[in-house]
Amino acid sequence: MDANAQAEQLVRENIEWMLRLAERLLRDRELAEDAVQEAFINAFRGLEDFEGRSSLKTWLHRITINAALAKLRQLKRVAEQALDEHLPEFDRYHCRIESPWTHLASTQEVMESERLRALVHTKIGELNDDYRIILQLRDIEGYDTSEVASLIGISQSNVRIRLHRARAALKKLLEPILRGEISP
Amino acid sequence: MSNAKRGSIRNWLKNLMFRHLHGMMTCQEFEDFIQAYMDNDLTTIQRSVFEKHLRFCRECRDYLAAYKKTIEIGYSVLTAPEDPVPGDVPEDLIKAILEAREQ
Repeated sequence: MDANAQAEQLVRENIEWMLRLAERLLRDRELAEDAVQEAFINAFRGLEDFEGRSSLKTWLHRITINAALAKLRQLKRVAEQALDEHLPEFDRYHCRIESPWTHLASTQEVMESERLRALVHTKIGELNDDYRIILQLRDIEGYDTSEVASLIGISQSNVRIRLHRARAALKKLLEPILRGEISP
Repeated sequence: MSNAKRGSIRNWLKNLMFRHLHGMMTCQEFEDFIQAYMDNDLTTIQRSVFEKHLRFCRECRDYLAAYKKTIEIGYSVLTAPEDPVPGDVPEDLIKAILEAREQ
């Protein structure tokens, strides 16, 4: 197989999952396509140096994430919701302010409803990019704290702080769904 | 200050208990330990204090259950097969990538 055919095979075998990954991170199909194109160009440039210390897919995964993060940095999206209003609250005695939970939706309840799944997507998209990306890399893509820190270029303690704030804010955003206040 | 933030007599008593009894922590301190708890990074003593708080505090128990459920649902929704899947292989994009490679 010549080099061109090999390149085409590499693209065809990986483009779909790379697009899905980029779209999850960027939440926009066109941006995801741009990022995947960048990712492949970077992969072709680096292919000779690819030493096989990880699998090809793991290597491409990381390259795709880097390309998506570069896109996000270029965009520096604005008009995102401030996170503070979604963070836990405490009274003057340092006690948590949390209304009693009489119902906690099961994952199955949410997964069976197209409407609720779409709403969860929307709510995740309302998180500030700086926090959402960390939540997605840790909780969805399965990277550990040190890997996320090196991908984003921040300290591990900062990753932990942002991850907790992102999860806490998302919990607040999902509360109407979790409490069963929205019909499926 | 809202009524909730002003706090109740019940919470004043809770605060007294959490601050002064041995091996207890306040809700705000509990909040600071959640991330390490989720990562299994607490020492044995920290974990025991964390779990003791959970037994005594309904609000933090509810909160942590909803927090864990949030992570679970987020994961399930974002990795579900129907999650924004590009329906077909985008031929124009493949062509653009291969052309860019040749340049």
